[in-house]
Amino acid sequence: MQAFKKHTGKTAAIFQPNIDTDQILPKQFLKRITKNGYGNFLFFDWRFDEQGNEKPDFVLNQPRFRDASILLAGKNFGSGSSREHAPWSLADFGFRVVIAPSFGEIFYNNCFKIGLLPIILEENLVAELVEKTEKIENYLLTVDLEKLLIFNEKNFSVRFATDEFRRECLLNGWDDIGLILKFEDKISEFELKRPLWTFFLNENKEQ
Amino acid sequence: MKTLYDKIWDAHIVHAESGKPALLYVDLHLIHEVTTPQAFDGLREKNRKVRRPDLTIGTLDHSIPTKNIFGKITDEFAAKQIEVFRKHCNKNNIKFFDIGADHQGIVHVFAPEMGLSQPGMTIVCGDSHTSTHGAFGALAFGIGTSEVEQVLATQCLQQTKSKNLLIRIGGKLGFGVTAKDLILHIIGIIGTDGANGFVIEYSGEAIENLTMEARMTVCNMSIEAGARAGLIAPDETTFEYLKEKFYAPKGENWENAMEYWKTLPSEKDAKFDKTIEINANEIAPYVSWGTTPAMVAPVDGNVPELSVAKIDGQSYERALNYMNLQPSQKIEEIEINRAFIGSCTNSRIEDLRIAAQIVKGYKVNSKVSAMVVPGSQTVKKQAESEGLAKIFTDAGFEWRESGCSMCVAMNGDFLLSGERCASTSNRNFEGRQGRGGQTHLASPATVAAAAICGHFTDVRDWKFKDNGLWFLVFGL
Repeated sequence: MQAFKKHTGKTAAIFQPNIDTDQILPKQFLKRITKNGYGNFLFFDWRFDEQGNEKPDFVLNQPRFRDASILLAGKNFGSGSSREHAPWSLADFGFRVVIAPSFGEIFYNNCFKIGLLPIILEENLVAELVEKTEKIENYLLTVDLEKLLIFNEKNFSVRFATDEFRRECLLNGWDDIGLILKFEDKISEFELKRPLWTFFLNENKEQ
Repeated sequence: MKTLYDKIWDAHIVHAESGKPALLYVDLHLIHEVTTPQAFDGLREKNRKVRRPDLTIGTLDHSIPTKNIFGKITDEFAAKQIEVFRKHCNKNNIKFFDIGADHQGIVHVFAPEMGLSQPGMTIVCGDSHTSTHGAFGALAFGIGTSEVEQVLATQCLQQTKSKNLLIRIGGKLGFGVTAKDLILHIIGIIGTDGANGFVIEYSGEAIENLTMEARMTVCNMSIEAGARAGLIAPDETTFEYLKEKFYAPKGENWENAMEYWKTLPSEKDAKFDKTIEINANEIAPYVSWGTTPAMVAPVDGNVPELSVAKIDGQSYERALNYMNLQPSQKIEEIEINRAFIGSCTNSRIEDLRIAAQIVKGYKVNSKVSAMVVPGSQTVKKQAESEGLAKIFTDAGFEWRESGCSMCVAMNGDFLLSGERCASTSNRNFEGRQGRGGQTHLASPATVAAAAICGHFTDVRDWKFKDNGLWFLVFGL
């Protein structure tokens, strides 16, 4: 996994509540078997009309937000489906951070797994950042995961909280399967204690 | 004193350290074609093996066609995804049900019907509606593809424990009111993020009286309220359903399992972080009017005014605009041109029995195109042998092969822009059933009635042409 320590980038805001994963990455792109290349499909129905032309009004189509890497969103961002394709598409588009008052839980978990940092921030603070993003040309924020700080060189600084274990994984870019496999003995031990009535599905492995 | 969730959690801890997520063992890993190819690739890149193919089982459901299933799949992306899934399962010695196979079906339909979902288990799948299996008193939840890879490699997940939310539903559901109406009512009250950070346990008289299939409908939509999982304590209804199922324990194992399962329900003085009381007597058949499953109204009511809609103005305007509806518009005056009976929420045999009783003796409205997509091949065959399929086709419904179909609309079954659909599925998000398509969530009874009338109607007043059986319709 890509490590995340500190990132400075432009912000873009889609500040409405309940943006579900169907909006972030519509289902027609779920038939692909790779992890890459979803950036062009991010917010597809919002970005493109039915003929495939860009909708100029949509925020990520506006020249000043095209290279944004910090997304500001409304509450319950990423609700709905478990598709990891949603965070993949945000990351592939160029986002490294999503800041929202709350997230859909599976989406939130998925982000950490791929090195996209989701940050929960009070709604009024997100609103403040949204306002600055809209008013100030090239508004930049720095997100420092080591110091747990979001700041702008000029006039903004706020601390954020995140789960300590996830923070450590992200800072180091750890492969969490590798971490779990360190406990292989414990897993085997647990398996021996499983109740006798539990079933085994594969005929070749019938015990 | 422990809750059902606490007990299952504690029984599956492989390793725990303070300040870190627990390592939780997974008893059953369900897989399908959409959320697994990248996980298998990840394993291969790191030269890792599937640890327990014998606790992993697959089905094809999301991308597959629901007609001409043995013909060539013309969507090249779907064809490739299906082919890759077969290859991964075969190579890793994982049992799976292929298109048209006896037990093939939607992952959350075939597993319970084969007795795979059992009380006290941990069940995961790369699909958010895995919460369905909580109906058995199993801790079941959806995971992303990275976590699918984790479970394939280790049979474990790093998990942080959620809080306990009790939703107690007293009273009785009235005639014509089903489990779907109950869960839409609950989501309408608590909102799409009302259970964020929680595992819900549903209890109370109304829950105890539900059949297993109805309980699955309730738990299925727990995710639409933001919950990690939904649970219902196992009881005689659960045991009766499971007994003799293919993968259910047999003989002495059954006795031992029962003894354990009976210890699972939450203790009387168990501590819940939050409790919500619901009165089932007050619940009407529901229809969604907006673009989240919390935007619902009683069928005999109206599209709410903003002042009573319990949502922010921006979301309200956007939803009405997308749905092309007006404030105060009567729900019963909303006309539809599509009807979909299917999905992991409502495609089981009881759902089809209810819908067929409504439909019997009627014709689908000439302005409506309607289809029934059974949840599994088993459901399909059962419905055919009971004569339900004939009732549907005689009325003008299309009778399809099993799969997710127009719930997720990625298999070629979808709404055209501007089409308005009464749907038994679980999500009415913008574009969910097709770009520009307008989805109204409702129960199988309400959708069946809407297909016939061409607009929503209150099934509590439905005139059953088959008078002899009307009282069986809702199992009352």
